[in-house]
Amino acid sequence: MAKSFSVKKLIIHVFILSFGLVMLYPVIWMVSSSLKPEYLIFSQPGLWPSEITFDNYINGWNIVRNMTFGVFFQNSFIIATIAVIGNLITCSMAAYAFARMNFPLKRVFFALMLVTIMLPSHVTLVPQYAIFHSFGWIDTFLPLTVPKLLATDAFFIFLMVQFFRGIPKELDESATIDGCGPIQIYYKIILPLASPALLTTAIFTFIWTWDDFFSQLLYLNTVSNFTVPLGLRLFLDSQGQSAWGGLLAMSVLSLLPIMILFFFFQRQIVEGIATTGVKG
Amino acid sequence: MLQKRKNYLIAYMFLLPWFIGFFGLVVGPMISSLYLSFTQYDLLTAPQWVGAQNYVEMFNDRKFIASVKVTTTFVVIGVPLQLIAALFIAMLLNKGLSGIGFYRTVYYIPSLLGGSVAIALLWKNIFGMNGIFNDFLGIFGIAGRGWVSHPDYAIYTLIALATWQFGSSMVIFLAGLKQIPGELYEAASVDGANPFMKFKAITLPLLSPVILFNLVMVSISSLQVFTSAYIVSEGSGGPANSTLFYTLYLYQKGFSFFEMGYASAMAWLLLIVIALLTAIIFFSSKYWVHYEYGGKS
Repeated sequence: MAKSFSVKKLIIHVFILSFGLVMLYPVIWMVSSSLKPEYLIFSQPGLWPSEITFDNYINGWNIVRNMTFGVFFQNSFIIATIAVIGNLITCSMAAYAFARMNFPLKRVFFALMLVTIMLPSHVTLVPQYAIFHSFGWIDTFLPLTVPKLLATDAFFIFLMVQFFRGIPKELDESATIDGCGPIQIYYKIILPLASPALLTTAIFTFIWTWDDFFSQLLYLNTVSNFTVPLGLRLFLDSQGQSAWGGLLAMSVLSLLPIMILFFFFQRQIVEGIATTGVKG
Repeated sequence: MLQKRKNYLIAYMFLLPWFIGFFGLVVGPMISSLYLSFTQYDLLTAPQWVGAQNYVEMFNDRKFIASVKVTTTFVVIGVPLQLIAALFIAMLLNKGLSGIGFYRTVYYIPSLLGGSVAIALLWKNIFGMNGIFNDFLGIFGIAGRGWVSHPDYAIYTLIALATWQFGSSMVIFLAGLKQIPGELYEAASVDGANPFMKFKAITLPLLSPVILFNLVMVSISSLQVFTSAYIVSEGSGGPANSTLFYTLYLYQKGFSFFEMGYASAMAWLLLIVIALLTAIIFFSSKYWVHYEYGGKS
């Protein structure tokens, strides 16, 4: 009995591992091909490059005349960093008010906030574009960053409200006795204790902003303002076999920040998905 | 009383950024886009009231109908595939295997990376004429073709891309499966239940709230797929509108043709469809979701 049981487990192991390899094969192929000389990418199907070269990285990095991919990385990092900071500050402020304070119409506003989580962004798209257009913000980073400074990612407010509610109220009360007002309670007690929720917010804001294509496509027009996803799209215009090497190399680089983040915060990311259902 | 007033003021101060965003970038634009959906609007001239014309026009617009068909195909085939793959692998991983953390990582990575432009470009390559998918078919002597550039197959490469990303649903299923008490399965074994009976009588009903959650989330996000279709078709929705997803057509209408009234009407229709779909799933959930074991079975 015990033996047949372990054989069964072995079969499952083999299946899961080989199916997992099939799943990851495209990504592995991408990394390996990015290190092959251009002429081998399609002629040599195997994964192991017979010849390793960084030419694709050099060519891809310099795909745009007078500019490097470094500009796109810098732009993506600027936007993602502001988005992370904005979400951390403004979503936690709103969440604190909802979780810990009393004010007229609290229930109404909270319900409205929850509704906006499920709202497809398209329904506000055209007027938002018109607003930003009238401000002269098209082709700047502002339409991509200012909304994050205004707590528009309601999902994170909800996530933090849930977390703040779990922090014992007695802590607030004793702090009040010690003479702390609501503002001190917010940044001296709630924020330090809520670091897991803040970390989840920061990680997912970064990943989503880094991967965001739709709004960057919509609002950024000049190549010097392009982000990494828009930079990758440039390879579509310069199609033909000759561009694939550089494209694969830059694709690998573009995924690197997310992979590094995942490597360091794997537990938080997986738990974040499992407990809140946030789409990773 | 004064203190209370002061605290209200502080609360509103904490909410100030959210208030500005909520009214200025959400509620205001929503009302405005509802109005615009009854107008002709090109951003540069004032909107002109045309009544329900945009909505009527949709039903005579062949591209619009194509986009509805493409998106429906994608959701109806893609969502079940994703959920079945996610549940199947989650159940295998839940059999007390060692190294589960490693496997979970392996299966989650596609979800982590899959929404990016990089992976969409990779997909275009894999299912292109010279891509590795054709190399793979070549092993079996099957002649390949350019899958992404064939109107009958392009949509299935995108469904494959979505299915490939079942990892985050799997993580959620796995967390749900861990909540099911092992004694139930042991008791069922004592009663002589086979694995299929256990799945039907224990796993499915006890996991049904999680299935409901995943079903809602995956359906809603599938209705709004944009990046992969845009990249694979280079923004055109082609070949022959076969990857003209709803949101891609909405984008084209609004920001290539500057028919922003029409785009707003499409956005409101999408909102209504999402709301209805969610309502239907939740309404039907009464009949198949069990919130505690020991309830109806």
